[in-house]
Amino acid sequence: MEFFRVKKDIPFMSYGRLTTAISMITFVLAVVFLATRGLNFGVDFTGGTMIEVNYPHAADLNKIRTTIDSIGLKDATVQNFGTSRDVLIRLPVRTGLTGAQLSDKVLGSLKAVDDSVQMSRIEFVGPQVGTELYEKGSLALLLVIAGIMIYLALRFEWRFAVAAIIANMHDVVIILGFFAFFQWEFNLTVLAAVLAVLGYSVNESVVVFDRVRENFRKMRKATVTHVIDNAITRTMSRTIITHFSTQLMVLSMLLFGGEVLHNFALALTIGILFGIYSSVLVACPIAMWLGVSRANLMSDVEKKDSDKKETHPDPDPSEFA
Amino acid sequence: MNRYPLWKNIFVVFMILMGLIYAIPNLFGESPAIQVTPAKSTSKVDPTLLAQVEQILQKEKIAYDGIYLDARGVKARFANTDTQIKAKDLLQANLSSDYTVALNLLSRSPDWLRSIGAKPMYLGLDLRGGVHFLLQVDMKAALDKAAERFVGDFRTALRKERVSYAGVTREGQTVQIRFTSATELAKARKIISNQYPDLTLKDSVNGEDIVLSASLNAIEQKRIQEFALKQNIQTLHNRINELGVAEPIIQQQGTDRVVVQLPGVQDTAKAKEILGRTATLEIRLVDEEKSDAMTLEKAEKGQAPVGTDAFKDREGRAILVKKNVVLTGDYITDAGPGVNGQTGQSVVNVTLDARGARVFQQVTRENVGKRMAILLIEKGNTEVVTAPVINEEIGGGRVQISGMANTQEATDISLLLRAGALAAPMDIIEERTVGPSMGEENIKRGMHSTLWGFAAIAVFMIIYYLAFGGISVLALGINLLLLVAILSMLQATLTLPGLAAVALTLGMAIDANVLVNERIREELHSGNTPQASIHIGYDRAWDTILDSNVTTMIAGIALFLFGTGPVKGFAVVHVLGILTSMFSAVVVSRAIVNWVYGSRRKTTHLSIG
Repeated sequence: MEFFRVKKDIPFMSYGRLTTAISMITFVLAVVFLATRGLNFGVDFTGGTMIEVNYPHAADLNKIRTTIDSIGLKDATVQNFGTSRDVLIRLPVRTGLTGAQLSDKVLGSLKAVDDSVQMSRIEFVGPQVGTELYEKGSLALLLVIAGIMIYLALRFEWRFAVAAIIANMHDVVIILGFFAFFQWEFNLTVLAAVLAVLGYSVNESVVVFDRVRENFRKMRKATVTHVIDNAITRTMSRTIITHFSTQLMVLSMLLFGGEVLHNFALALTIGILFGIYSSVLVACPIAMWLGVSRANLMSDVEKKDSDKKETHPDPDPSEFA
Repeated sequence: MNRYPLWKNIFVVFMILMGLIYAIPNLFGESPAIQVTPAKSTSKVDPTLLAQVEQILQKEKIAYDGIYLDARGVKARFANTDTQIKAKDLLQANLSSDYTVALNLLSRSPDWLRSIGAKPMYLGLDLRGGVHFLLQVDMKAALDKAAERFVGDFRTALRKERVSYAGVTREGQTVQIRFTSATELAKARKIISNQYPDLTLKDSVNGEDIVLSASLNAIEQKRIQEFALKQNIQTLHNRINELGVAEPIIQQQGTDRVVVQLPGVQDTAKAKEILGRTATLEIRLVDEEKSDAMTLEKAEKGQAPVGTDAFKDREGRAILVKKNVVLTGDYITDAGPGVNGQTGQSVVNVTLDARGARVFQQVTRENVGKRMAILLIEKGNTEVVTAPVINEEIGGGRVQISGMANTQEATDISLLLRAGALAAPMDIIEERTVGPSMGEENIKRGMHSTLWGFAAIAVFMIIYYLAFGGISVLALGINLLLLVAILSMLQATLTLPGLAAVALTLGMAIDANVLVNERIREELHSGNTPQASIHIGYDRAWDTILDSNVTTMIAGIALFLFGTGPVKGFAVVHVLGILTSMFSAVVVSRAIVNWVYGSRRKTTHLSIG
């Protein structure tokens, strides 16, 4: 079976303006949602207490709410988690009481009302730890960006590095935008997913760039646009098949992974979908506009016989900002 | 032309065999077990202990599936949890208190596998249930406490050398000694700088007094902080030993934090209570002279007379105690609950060490007829547990503390006293508790995600790439095998995000196979012979596979460096998975392809869809 038997190269680069426009719009929307709604950070980052309990029967949320109110914790949120029998109780950071005492108090009061309640999980993160995780998370993100850029710059060229990073940061911002828009909880696991996506999407760009480099060697007469179009067309099949396979796995996680892995899988899904698009249709135009050419990809010997006329001038920065 | 040299084939087969051997223990599952470990470092682990445990179990006819001795203690496996708990109670009753009996899970894998170090994967807390705590040591309190000690030491030292001083007080971490004459100050300065070279001394004038201030220098501060941390870790060890937890993890993190992980703890509330308690014990004398009704009333409002502190007893009455501490919990060697033969009340029997016994004897001798207060200090609250009248001199270091509400309290307080005091208070700043049923649920979720995802990919790959798809799936299966084997070998902690990483890595690893297959197809389309296509396909794809995996690896390493807990688990599996996937997708799948097609001279068609 073969889905993509394309004889002619698809002129992807001529859609450059369109794809950039789409990117810009989604990107701006994502930024707007992030700015207006903000991320719904989980206790990992904000600090606080999260208690998950399980009942053998459907839980009566109202009763649980009144019980928790009655012990003076009026700022608790109580909601179902996954099934009607699982309940998640969140409490903000409290001065004077440690999380351990707080959760004992809550569980004690719930047990007094209904003895069948079972503790599934308690997470308490002190405010100082939350801030640290936040800082460490940002540091990890920066390190990933720097690491990938350095590697791509060494292995290919700085123009590719810049293009790949812009394309993939755009994925990350869009994932975050989704999380802001739907107010899905953003916790440590989701952060792991975001970073994994970053590494994974760069894969895509690398595969295409690899082809671009190879094409520059083989297609001596072709223009840069043609070379890139050919590279994308040739790798398109692989890109889609790979992403489809990965998505199968992620889908399985969405279906069987339970609540804890749910947001992780969601972040991956968005990352994979936008990853296909951005690594090909965002990274390549940017690399082209940055003036990628045969000359700056080839080794010194090959540089001599490369055609100087093909080098593109540096673009107007406003075009791809 | 597509043939591996012999060594390469042998290498691939060897790797797969190793993978099988080390992955197999995961299939046997675990059975309930008990481990007997020495509670004190002085007790030995030797075959006599093994024989003793065996004998106890055999006498009561409790059947065990296996029993053996390892470096840490004796371990015995049982058929079910009922027998396990019965055996635990029995062993606890029959073994001396030098040994801790804890419930555990042990792999059912045969002995020969264990003997070569093949163990099942080490499951994290979110998969087997348990408690994770991050505790922060209050270093300011540790320094304050150290400074407080100097107050007493200075008084003694100056009195001994007959230096007259006006008073010794502590201001934060600085101890101030007031003098009325400069000559006395000079004398004192000499004595203190001789005896305590680590203190920074400073003279100043405060009204009519001249003041000598002593403060801890940076090195001394660091030493005190390190000591406090070490002491607290030791205390936690002791407390956890009392709890009877198998394989607890107690580690220092940074300069002022301690991580505690108690896998498989069922009664998490109890564990939290014992760990979270910061109780320290102090014995001080009640200031009888100043304890008139008026002063007490004033003291209750926070105006305790100089040299005393006012605390409440269990009935809420104020009691004035002298600031001078007679004894602290540090002098206690043993403590146990008991019942007073005359009153029938619950008591705690405390044994003091030699130095403590001496001090206690002297103080009780000098203060017969007066009251002595036993203070329990917890989270900044001080409570007078009891304040009995000293009837006679108490020697021998055996003290009975009455005033316990019930046996449970007597047991808890003895545990706290026996396990030793914390050098500085600690706060739980992070807690992750997972109930045991949730752990099993999480394993199921992770496994199902991986297996169904794997099945879906397998079906798709075989439909899309036919035989080459099948080879890819086989390679992916070997990837999973190798990953599980490496995780088992390294005994890296597998968490739920780690399981997700297994699934995700497999989902991503297929990329390498797709790259190769697509490349081979492409070469076939451009008119190459099947053999040449295979050769060029693998060759060309390798560069791309390497590049793309390096970038994924960078993300994985960053996560590993900055991630904590569950995220670190994700990162470990992710990074290892990238390595195994490169090996399986390139080397192993090529070996299979070579084996299938390599020897056919006249291959005209490749089954690649």
